[in-house]
Amino acid sequence: MSDLQFSSPKTVKEAVKILSASKGKARVLAGGTDLLVQLRAGRMAGSMIVDIKNIPELRSIKKEKNGFTIGAAVSGAELGAHKAINKAWPGVVEGLELIGSTQIQGRASLGGNLCNGSPAADSVPGLIAAGATCKIAGPKGLRTSKVEDIVLGPGKTSLKAGEFVVSFFLPTRPKRSGDAYLRFIPRTEMDIAVVGASVSLTLDKVGVCSEARVSLGAVAPKPLLVAKAASAIIGTKVDDEALTELSLAASAACDPIDDKRGTVEYRTKVAGVLARRAATIALERARGN
Amino acid sequence: MAKYHVKTTINGDPAEFLCGTEQTVLDCLRDELGLTGSKEGCSSGDCGACSITLDGRLVCACLVLGVETEGKDIETIEGVADGDDLHPIQKHFLQEAALQCGICTPGFIVAAKALLAENPNPTETETRYWLAGNLCRCTGYDKIVTAVMNAAAEMRGE
Repeated sequence: MSDLQFSSPKTVKEAVKILSASKGKARVLAGGTDLLVQLRAGRMAGSMIVDIKNIPELRSIKKEKNGFTIGAAVSGAELGAHKAINKAWPGVVEGLELIGSTQIQGRASLGGNLCNGSPAADSVPGLIAAGATCKIAGPKGLRTSKVEDIVLGPGKTSLKAGEFVVSFFLPTRPKRSGDAYLRFIPRTEMDIAVVGASVSLTLDKVGVCSEARVSLGAVAPKPLLVAKAASAIIGTKVDDEALTELSLAASAACDPIDDKRGTVEYRTKVAGVLARRAATIALERARGN
Repeated sequence: MAKYHVKTTINGDPAEFLCGTEQTVLDCLRDELGLTGSKEGCSSGDCGACSITLDGRLVCACLVLGVETEGKDIETIEGVADGDDLHPIQKHFLQEAALQCGICTPGFIVAAKALLAENPNPTETETRYWLAGNLCRCTGYDKIVTAVMNAAAEMRGE
């Protein structure tokens, strides 16, 4: 066995200090559902594990005046049990809840899923479509970043040495808003997304879409924010024609890999179909709110 | 090698062990504490054979480091029976012959117990989804699901 060190800071400040002192050799541990697998497989780079779950801010969900703050290490099971967030952002919750089994849900977190840097991470498109931001702590203090700016490519993030994600912020929704996340897998449960699609939209009083964001996962080296797909439905009643345009724009944004779970052609087509279906669910939810 | 002194509660009793950073709580239970009821299947969180609860939450013991469990409350298969009295889930597993080789059984029982603690009256679909992270290569699952449904009914007093 190697001389792997372990640290369990109780505050954000202490965690930053430990991470900065490690000179990039520390790995942040949230739920561990990816990190421990890497560790066991001998694929974990680093000589120290920093468990951030004993920092209260990382484990709490707070209702703020203008939205929700969700600790980066809050588990899927905990988020799934939060009624107000389920009501406001069902698409965000269903993204995180799709990850793994009940056992995995006991540990898997938004922060871990994002910072693992997988293009297929199920919780990330929902956060991007929601316009979520994350609070990042580091040696230079705190900064805020849009979620879509974190993942740069497979396993790569824009976090600098000594930085880690503390929490996510989801803004309060205007009336008549809805979101949804759908993923395609070749089975019914517990698989990696072949395509993931999330749509968040808001309708005005007469049912015209006033705001929308569309995000796709598993179809490019990183989760995508697809502005053209969103603009295809903004200003429309999200009718058949607008949804077709959204679908085409979603497919056009894809730059996927070919692998055993899906070819380039297949993923590109499914991305359009899934984006359309997610938009339809988001629309129904918006009409119900 | 760094060794950490960890103090936890296991099945209601205080427990202490020494472990290295790399050791999972599954390693600690089995190798340091002699609690070999929790099984090692895949070691990557896919099979559920090592299911335990950590502060009441169902998790895979292979995906939790031993050092993370400081001050935590752990429940394992060894704590399911009350002395010689089997838990209703255990009894129904025997009655239904819901096991063959037995490697997955402790994980299924711990997971089923966690299900019934949260939802005493699950539908068959809810039961199957809850147990989707527990793999069995012998039984084909039907007997397991029947055992859990029957145990749930007994525990509800039906």
